Amino acid sequence: MGQVIVVTSGKGGVGKTTTTANLGTALAQLGNRVVLVDADIGLRNLDVVMGLENRIVYDLVDVVEGNARLKQALIKDKRSENLYLLAAAQTREKKDVSAEQMKNLTDQLAREFDFVLLDCPAGIEDGFKNAIAGAQKAIIVANPEVSSVRDADRVIGLWDAQEGERSPAMLIVNRVRPRMVARGDMLEIDDMLEMLAVDLLGVVPEDDHIIVSTNRGEPAVYSRDSKAGKAFHNIARRLMGEAVPILDLEADESFWARFKRIVGFGRS
Amino acid sequence: MLDLISRVFGRDHSSADIARERLRLVLVHDRTNVSPQFLEALKEELIEVISRYMEIEEEGMDVTLQTAENQVALVANIPVRRMKRAAVGR
Ligand SMILES: Nc1ncnc2c1ncn2[C@@H]1O[C@H](COP(=O)(O)OP(=O)(O)OP(=O)(O)O)[C@@H](O)[C@H]1O
Ligand SMILES: [Mg+2]
Repeated sequence: MGQVIVVTSGKGGVGKTTTTANLGTALAQLGNRVVLVDADIGLRNLDVVMGLENRIVYDLVDVVEGNARLKQALIKDKRSENLYLLAAAQTREKKDVSAEQMKNLTDQLAREFDFVLLDCPAGIEDGFKNAIAGAQKAIIVANPEVSSVRDADRVIGLWDAQEGERSPAMLIVNRVRPRMVARGDMLEIDDMLEMLAVDLLGVVPEDDHIIVSTNRGEPAVYSRDSKAGKAFHNIARRLMGEAVPILDLEADESFWARFKRIVGFGRS
Repeated sequence: MLDLISRVFGRDHSSADIARERLRLVLVHDRTNVSPQFLEALKEELIEVISRYMEIEEEGMDVTLQTAENQVALVANIPVRRMKRAAVGR
């Protein structure tokens, strides 16, 4: 049985879809069978980030309602072995799917794939509840900002309160700008971890490659010189159980920050 | 609000420090709002412990979390009817 992992955040626009696309692609590159599920029904996005928007015939709601078989609705990504997408319905609503239906769907997918990654909609309403229904693990994406961390805390609380067997939530801090952190103008990762009391899965820097790759429909992990892509690769390896250290370099630590730490001021 | 924050933190605190302290406070509030049961449970246990030593007026009891300046305080207002003799004598 594969792992069902939901990528969620509470707050919108913090990088759930970007994370799902890049992490999924990296996991597939590392030899896993991966399916990405766009659970953001009504606001289909993952397909364009993956560059698969022209190939959708059937979507998640078609499968749930029995209008299509699961096999028919899975879109194979031609660039990666073993990478598939199940798109969200665009003209339907969150309430058209129930938590139970989602759970059945992800259970079925977990029998075929090593990793089932669910791109969760923003918010904590029906769409969120459906997306977490069948997941055993949760990746919480947060930006180093007060509102985002606050919402992350709320979502972690809801995740912990769910019934069933679930692993503790894991945090990805996205859009970190090391220069700002060094200057004291951005929350530090350690402070976020302490406040949220969660395990850190990875740190992803702010990276222009993300925007370029989204324009092209090619996740940044395909690009050799994307720092964010490298960070997502490391996260994929951690998810596979490898002990990849969380390097400061992942966030492109500036010389100044390192200097401050070596000299002993900056809190490390 | 900004005014208060700059008074509390002074001018030379970085914006990250300010963000961290604001977050700390807001999370304390959010977490207790999420679970009013938490305060209720705390109240029940307080009553149990305090009643060993004094007779209190449970109806008049008030337990809240309050934020002031850069601190969160648990404020309990517990009217005492009388002290128990055994506790005094011990
Ligand atoms: N590390 C990064 N560096 C630069 N830009 C980024 C990074 N991560 C995400 N972005 C940009 O931020 C925007 C929002 O990202 P994304 O769509 O992944 O967020 P989301 O959480 O899925 O949003 P929604 O809640 O609307 O579903 C996108 O334009 C994306 O390109
Ligand atoms: Mg999204």
